[in-house]
Amino acid sequence: MAGGEPPIGTQAMLSLDGLRALIEALAERGYQVLGPTVRDGAIVYDEVAKLADLPSGWTDQQDAGRYRLERRTDNALFGYAVGPQSWRRFLHPPIERMWRAHRTEDGFAIDATAVEAEPSKFAFLGVRACEIHAIAIQDKVLVEGPYVDTGYQRRRRDNFLVAVNCGQAGGTCFCASMNTGPKVDAGFDLALTELLDESDHRFLIEVGSVAGAEVLSALRHHAASPEDIAAADAVVARTAGSMGRVLDTKGLKELLQSNPTHPRWDDVAARCLSCANCTMVCPTCFCTTVEDHSDLTGQTAERVRRWDSCFTADFSWIHGGSVRPETKSRYRQWITHKLASWIDQFGTSGCVGCGRCVTWCPVGIDITVEAAAIRATPATSTETDHGRT
Amino acid sequence: MTEADPFVPLPYRVGRVRRETRDITTLELAPVTGVRPDYRPGQFNMLYAFGIGEVAISVSGDPAVPGGYVHTVRDVGAVSGAIAKLKAGAMLGLRGPYGTPWPVEAAEGNDVVFVAGGLGLAPLRPAIYRVLARRERYGRVVLLYGTRSPPDILFRQELERWRRRLDVEVLVTVDRADAEWRGNVGVVPKLIARAGFDPNGAVAMVCGPEVMMRFTANALHASGLALDHIYLSMERNMKCAIGLCGHCQFGPDFVCKDGPVMRYDRIADILTVREI
Repeated sequence: MAGGEPPIGTQAMLSLDGLRALIEALAERGYQVLGPTVRDGAIVYDEVAKLADLPSGWTDQQDAGRYRLERRTDNALFGYAVGPQSWRRFLHPPIERMWRAHRTEDGFAIDATAVEAEPSKFAFLGVRACEIHAIAIQDKVLVEGPYVDTGYQRRRRDNFLVAVNCGQAGGTCFCASMNTGPKVDAGFDLALTELLDESDHRFLIEVGSVAGAEVLSALRHHAASPEDIAAADAVVARTAGSMGRVLDTKGLKELLQSNPTHPRWDDVAARCLSCANCTMVCPTCFCTTVEDHSDLTGQTAERVRRWDSCFTADFSWIHGGSVRPETKSRYRQWITHKLASWIDQFGTSGCVGCGRCVTWCPVGIDITVEAAAIRATPATSTETDHGRT
Repeated sequence: MTEADPFVPLPYRVGRVRRETRDITTLELAPVTGVRPDYRPGQFNMLYAFGIGEVAISVSGDPAVPGGYVHTVRDVGAVSGAIAKLKAGAMLGLRGPYGTPWPVEAAEGNDVVFVAGGLGLAPLRPAIYRVLARRERYGRVVLLYGTRSPPDILFRQELERWRRRLDVEVLVTVDRADAEWRGNVGVVPKLIARAGFDPNGAVAMVCGPEVMMRFTANALHASGLALDHIYLSMERNMKCAIGLCGHCQFGPDFVCKDGPVMRYDRIADILTVREI
């Protein structure tokens, strides 16, 4: 046991019991503990109260348009890549009431405080490096601009992150290409590396914040030996060397922005269903729409915000029609935004290489393949439609 | 929630309502409490009709007149239709003002060319008021206006009043004439060659349907205006108006915060890309 609180950067060893104690310690501190669990044939993020809630002995096989859970030969708790959900469903929920209003004698009144009480103090257990980067990107979009999404800001303020360094890369992972993993480098409170062999199941735990230090000080742990640290480094190095996908980002922004009429957009449009799955599973997609409702009597009304997708016809609707009626322009918008104009807007790529859009595309469209196809044959002429009426 | 929550509309009350044309209505709006914030010509507000929805509408009034906002709305959908049907005394919600302004100060010392198509005259009107209020600071002032047919002419009395002035050149054209019309027929870019302004240094402010702005900007450039002296007011779907919902993206820009008023040289390339 440590006496005082361990300084940031401390690396220590935690047993399986220690991990159980970590979950309990977070719950005792008032956090709703959310982590990976198996449901409906996938690893999803939901409440975890005990070790048994974690996907012990499961792994995932991922490829373009394919996701399968399989048994592992060991009892690893974090022995898979990422599932369909990302943490944004908690920080930037799919449906959120913005406010309610009711009629009054001389008009109406908006009651902005009538949003539901929500448990906003989330502890996330098992956040991957790519996901930490995705959260940082959403912070940039939703909190660090001229206008602040106050709900998101509130949920992030009290957010405790227990990261996990990936022990294996998924078939559609390419974080190494995006410089977003597989090793967690910042933005966490505690970071785990799972170490597992025939004789032992333990975790190297690293302190990333004052809050993390306080939690670790309450857990039974012991100092990490140089051998422990080397073993953890080897885990991450092995993962970094086994990425399922590669995305060449060199000059990618200019490449995409200078090819809006590339024939590949027609090619991808012939396969794309415009179903919006890629935008629903993406951990950085932030687009929303609002819906205004009223009750049958017309006495009360509310505004609800929902996740939206640039793949829908409504998304770009203005008087007279959709700005992007064709699938090819919607796919172009999505990938160009994600990999190119995001950099203009927020100083970072919008892609963290988690591979979800590749895995969960029902027809297996692969962002890395599409970008490579544009790169393979960049348009020689910039054909535009000047003078189109 | 803080007082400054940008998602929550503030209550405004409808004052005078003026039916402009068959489907266009101008409403004066006053804040129920407090005073309306200062705004700059070219900016817009999000107007909320109770229980129905919210829509982005440019301010069309005179920024020098204190009190409230003036908005001119065309009835083209559920929300704009509900707003256009509001009567004096009704309440609506308002968030704003948002967006980039027309370069009225930057244009001082030069000729100014306003080019409006249809309802595009409404977002330009605050800039016209501002320029005419400080008329001595500008060179020649030209207003070119085109609309579908004579009954669709917006702000007709004002156009006639401006046209009577000896220091403003006003040219109006319609796409389709009727039996009484004795004026110009044709599209508004055709008026550019007839207008008297010095393209060297002149600043153009253009608002109308996108296709009209594209042809107008081309014609202005062909007449000698520098690309970076031409400004367009862009339109895209907007939900939040504060850069958080993603809907109004136009290439790398968000029309709500990087626009609606955008300098042509910065958008000329993507303006020609279909469905951008």
